[in-house]
Amino acid sequence: MMYNNEHFEPVITPNVDKPNCETIEFYIQHENGYKALEKALKMKPAEVVDEVKKSNLRGRGGAGFPTGMKWSFMPANPVDANGNPKPKYLVCNADEGEPGTFKDRLIFTKTPHRMIEGMIIAGHAISSNKGFIYIRGEWFKEARLMQKAIDDAYAKGFLGKNILGSGFNYDLVIYKGAGAYICGEETALLNSLEGKRGEPRLKPPFPAQVGAYGMPSCVNNVETFAAVPYIIEKGWEKYAKMGTERSGGTRMIGVSGHVNKPGVYELPMNLSINDIIEIAGGMKGGKLKAVIPGGASAPMLRADECNVLTDYDSLAKAGTMAGSGGLIVMNDTVNIVEATYTLLKFYEHESCGQCSQCREGSHWLARMFKRILDGGGTQDDLDYIAKICGNMAGQTICAFADAVTGPALSSVRKFREEFEEMVMKGGLKGIGRTESVSHKMVGAHV
Amino acid sequence: MALSEKIKNTINGIRHQFPTEQALLLPTLHEVQNEKGWVSMDSMRDIGEFLNLPLSKVREVASFYTMYKLEPQGKVDVQICTNISCWLNGADKLVSCASKKLGIHAGETTADGKFTLSQVECLAACGTAPAMMINEDYHENLTEESLIKILDQAKSDLDAGKVVGKDTRKDGVWP
Ligand SMILES: Cc1cc2nc3c(=O)[nH]c(=O)nc-3n(C[C@H](O)[C@H](O)[C@H](O)COP(=O)(O)O)c2cc1C
Ligand code: SF4
Repeated sequence: MMYNNEHFEPVITPNVDKPNCETIEFYIQHENGYKALEKALKMKPAEVVDEVKKSNLRGRGGAGFPTGMKWSFMPANPVDANGNPKPKYLVCNADEGEPGTFKDRLIFTKTPHRMIEGMIIAGHAISSNKGFIYIRGEWFKEARLMQKAIDDAYAKGFLGKNILGSGFNYDLVIYKGAGAYICGEETALLNSLEGKRGEPRLKPPFPAQVGAYGMPSCVNNVETFAAVPYIIEKGWEKYAKMGTERSGGTRMIGVSGHVNKPGVYELPMNLSINDIIEIAGGMKGGKLKAVIPGGASAPMLRADECNVLTDYDSLAKAGTMAGSGGLIVMNDTVNIVEATYTLLKFYEHESCGQCSQCREGSHWLARMFKRILDGGGTQDDLDYIAKICGNMAGQTICAFADAVTGPALSSVRKFREEFEEMVMKGGLKGIGRTESVSHKMVGAHV
Repeated sequence: MALSEKIKNTINGIRHQFPTEQALLLPTLHEVQNEKGWVSMDSMRDIGEFLNLPLSKVREVASFYTMYKLEPQGKVDVQICTNISCWLNGADKLVSCASKKLGIHAGETTADGKFTLSQVECLAACGTAPAMMINEDYHENLTEESLIKILDQAKSDLDAGKVVGKDTRKDGVWP
């Protein structure tokens, strides 16, 4: 309806509603599956990297870093202290754990071969012979589906030795996480992949120098890999044209919360948040109040700010971020203090604890919000929240601490009246709301 | 007491895929968790022996991740997501409902050891919220009615001696 982009076509999801779309037979028959791999293997690695660079593909894991550039950071012929060649690794980040984000799961279950093909092409591009797919631990079924897809790809000769007669060898291995949001952060993921606690590492050295098992490594998101076959098959120009000047292609947006048709939508980037809410069936149960545009850590927008386009740059200009594409919609029955507390409780639980600013800060923030909800808040608290956030952002090993300040700061800034009212009237009870069960600390909170 | 042959075989089968022995720690913990329902101190000692790792390494890793339970759990582990999208869609009512139905609070196990109830954070099922996991299976688009039905079914399956919530598992196969 509002797809007013003449160049737009779905890159990743053209067939995800068809039966058996997850099978290798379907992928080969209906989606030209593994043809891009055939083409890529005839290109030099540097040419593949160049194609992806020119396509303007930006990483879909959250930070939006240009993918081709990331690949080009990988050393060409790394050697160890004795002059022996070192292996290079490619790692797929399938830890998807940002509240509001659920797009990778769709790719995993509906079009796993697109991601596998993208990963093999990426492996060729950075001259790596081995890839690890790090999957969030709760995805038991998804991990098995992916294993089946990998087995099928081996059986057809797209993985393994001498792929399609090109002389290129590539192996893919699945590794399961065990329930820790922080393992989505790429260096925490690498530690976890090594069988350690998922604690982020100090950078530098960057993963391109010292990554998985001490070897040069490149970490990309599921959706990032899934976009690659299209770019190789149809050419960078077509992909670049679909996006904006600084960001090519389409985006997978997971819309959840108070809309009539929540779900994952593959969309062009020249749509506003309001357009996307329309596409997702419009508001449910009330008028629009607030939106979190890019997963839990993206600062909130008020209803009157939702006329903003959803490409990386427009959202950044609006003081928030495109993040991981999780659009959370809230109607006017929601109390923002309560909603923010829901998020802060999550961060409090998931901080890895290495940095005191983050460990203590996320704990304090959650407790302060709880106190305000319970009726013990003061006006000073509201200023204090900003102060704590100021001491967290940019001061830590990883960007988790920044992520915590996203919801905390933006909600107080943009819905200050609501906070003041709650402080004045004595918490949730004072404004005539009952405390939700999930906000009571019931038993061990796991 | 050592690790079961089944676990050892599974792990030995994937050993060649990883450059270090320690990389096998998470997979081994997963297998133990699956077989025994939790990871005891004895199991950790056995794992350390099997992978040539000191007990302290095994412990620090096992205690970091929420999926490894360091205490015995109910046979049916009911985990309801209460993060933002599920919360917006009434997840807290589901917690109350399950709590009432099972007669326990979140974080507790029923006296007969059959059910454990917990609140969890984001299952990446926000588009089909509210959602929960029962052992390894997802249940989405929940209502109080469907929740009760699922719990009843789990109970009767359990009483009939069936394995609950592990529909897709093939033993001896990783993942
Ligand atoms: C706290 C935190 C959590 C993250 N979680 C994820 C995640 O679940 N999935 C993901 O792909 N990237 C996640 N990231 C971003 C990764 O660190 C990394 O930037 C990304 O995987 C790179 O892939 P891309 O270049 O394809 O985007 C997270 C980052 C932070 C700081
Ligand atoms: S910022 Fe937080 S999550 Fe990141 S390393 Fe520090 S303590 Fe861990």
